[in-house]
Amino acid sequence: MELIIEGIRKAIWLLFTLDPEVLGITWLSLKVSGTATFISLFIGISLGTVVALTRFPGRRLVVSLINTGMGVPPVVVGLFVTIFLWRNGPLGLFELLYTPTAIIIAQAVIATPIVAGISLASIQKLPEALRLQILALGATRAQMIWMLIKEARLPLLAAVMAGFGGVISEVGASIMVGGNIKGYTRVLTTATVMETGKGNFDIAIALGVILLIFTFCINAILTGIQQRERPR
Amino acid sequence: MSVPILEVRGLKVSRGGVPVLDISELTVQAGEFLSLIGPNGTGKSTLLLGLAGLVKRNAGEIRFHGRAITNGSDMLEYRRHLAMVFQEPLLFVATVYDNVASGLKIRGMRRSHIRPLVEEHLELFGVAHLSSRSARKISGGEAQRTSLARAFATNPELVLLDEPFVSLDPPTREAIIDDLGRVMQTRRTTVVMATHDRMDALRMSNRIAFMEGGGIVQVGPPSEVMHQPVNQTVAAFVGIETMLEGEVRDSSAGVLVVDINGRSIAAAGSFTPGERVMCLVRPEHVMIFPAGSSTESSARNRFTGTVRSVQSFGLIHRLEIDCGFLLIAHVTSLAMEDLHLKQGMTVNAAFKATSVHVIRSSHS
Repeated sequence: MELIIEGIRKAIWLLFTLDPEVLGITWLSLKVSGTATFISLFIGISLGTVVALTRFPGRRLVVSLINTGMGVPPVVVGLFVTIFLWRNGPLGLFELLYTPTAIIIAQAVIATPIVAGISLASIQKLPEALRLQILALGATRAQMIWMLIKEARLPLLAAVMAGFGGVISEVGASIMVGGNIKGYTRVLTTATVMETGKGNFDIAIALGVILLIFTFCINAILTGIQQRERPR
Repeated sequence: MSVPILEVRGLKVSRGGVPVLDISELTVQAGEFLSLIGPNGTGKSTLLLGLAGLVKRNAGEIRFHGRAITNGSDMLEYRRHLAMVFQEPLLFVATVYDNVASGLKIRGMRRSHIRPLVEEHLELFGVAHLSSRSARKISGGEAQRTSLARAFATNPELVLLDEPFVSLDPPTREAIIDDLGRVMQTRRTTVVMATHDRMDALRMSNRIAFMEGGGIVQVGPPSEVMHQPVNQTVAAFVGIETMLEGEVRDSSAGVLVVDINGRSIAAAGSFTPGERVMCLVRPEHVMIFPAGSSTESSARNRFTGTVRSVQSFGLIHRLEIDCGFLLIAHVTSLAMEDLHLKQGMTVNAAFKATSVHVIRSSHS
């Protein structure tokens, strides 16, 4: 018990004195997960929209694959990204393994199906007649797609949040492809794992609290969005 | 006669291999208000979508001002001359103003040109005070007004309305119909409206097209469809309740004598003796007199019968009179009181020969 109280006290101290190492780790986490989410938005929203609006043979399979992708364990993603980036792997010549870029790639792979799945669901949930109404207003196909995405912007924002929330809190892939190198690829989760392993509970708790704050904010925004409704 | 604004020929649409629409011919004149009526699921909405080029045609041709519309770039051009309003307002998650502006924005119009047009239409449909309100926070009637304003803001030549009033309460519906009527009168906009409400169709349209099983079975002025339905489905839909099957006994000078279960009905029409026919009588055209009174009526058809049942619809009462065949009459409350009409009473019923519309029996 004393351990925890002491840990929390030290954690608050670290947070309020803006400890440079903790700050550095937090900043890297935000940068890496933010970039990965951003990339996943482009791919995920496009993929989700295309699948939502088109009918083609094998569509059900694609939808199932996306939904499965939403729940793939980060460690599995980490494993495959590691294999791809390995010196003798298909992308080995870029020497990306154990760099922040490697973490971004892995996290983008984790977030893309999440974003695609939520986009697919939210575009599909729009009334079918809305698409016809937009076309009847004289829209081109491109304008129609853009307007539908705009209509689904609230649930799509949820997709952003869910994607970001998913990657900032994952540890398996980051540690595998990033290697938890101090000052280079050490992010909030990997640092927490390491500090806990070393028995430095104060720093671990400080990092944990920061992570908690992030997830709380994300969920608060998500809940707020989900409580809104479409107009008639 | 000038070139019609819209001509449809051989339009066929199917869904999942099942044919749902088959329109051999339909012409709409500029400035006309055409209503598509008929029971649910008869293809009214599909026809509207077909007219807007929003459904895949299996066959057929649509001509706009005499020019055939193909699926390429002229489809977009064509769609920009029309507007469509659905049963649901289908507003965007935006302000009322932005909703009304959307069609103009799509056309790439400059902001400075959009503003006066949007303001004019917000005013016309009585939603100017809601301009900056979110479309999420307005009532159903206000939402449908916004939807109409959005449709008319682009100044369309042709407006397609798909049951736009069906989910509104009666006062709201009346007010919106009034506003719509005023706008259309000044604009001379051509309208095609799908509805299953015959009263809406009767008061708003110049012509009515009755749809059944994906096709149009009758087109004509409202009074014609009301009084001279071509078949039993149309007759039932326009409120004809008495439909009597019989055989033509005599036909001379446009007057028929039809035998119904041994009773003779005089009717106007031209059929040959021996033909199986159906006599249709509107319930409003049946007059009721006290039994035994010397009926001061020129009506050729007079029968004595028993009131089998009385149903009240407020100011109108529906009587079922058994006079060898079942005759349905609508009587006002005032007449009910005057005649002391009650179930089981014997009355005289009369209707003119010209009030009987005769069609060929579907069973012959």
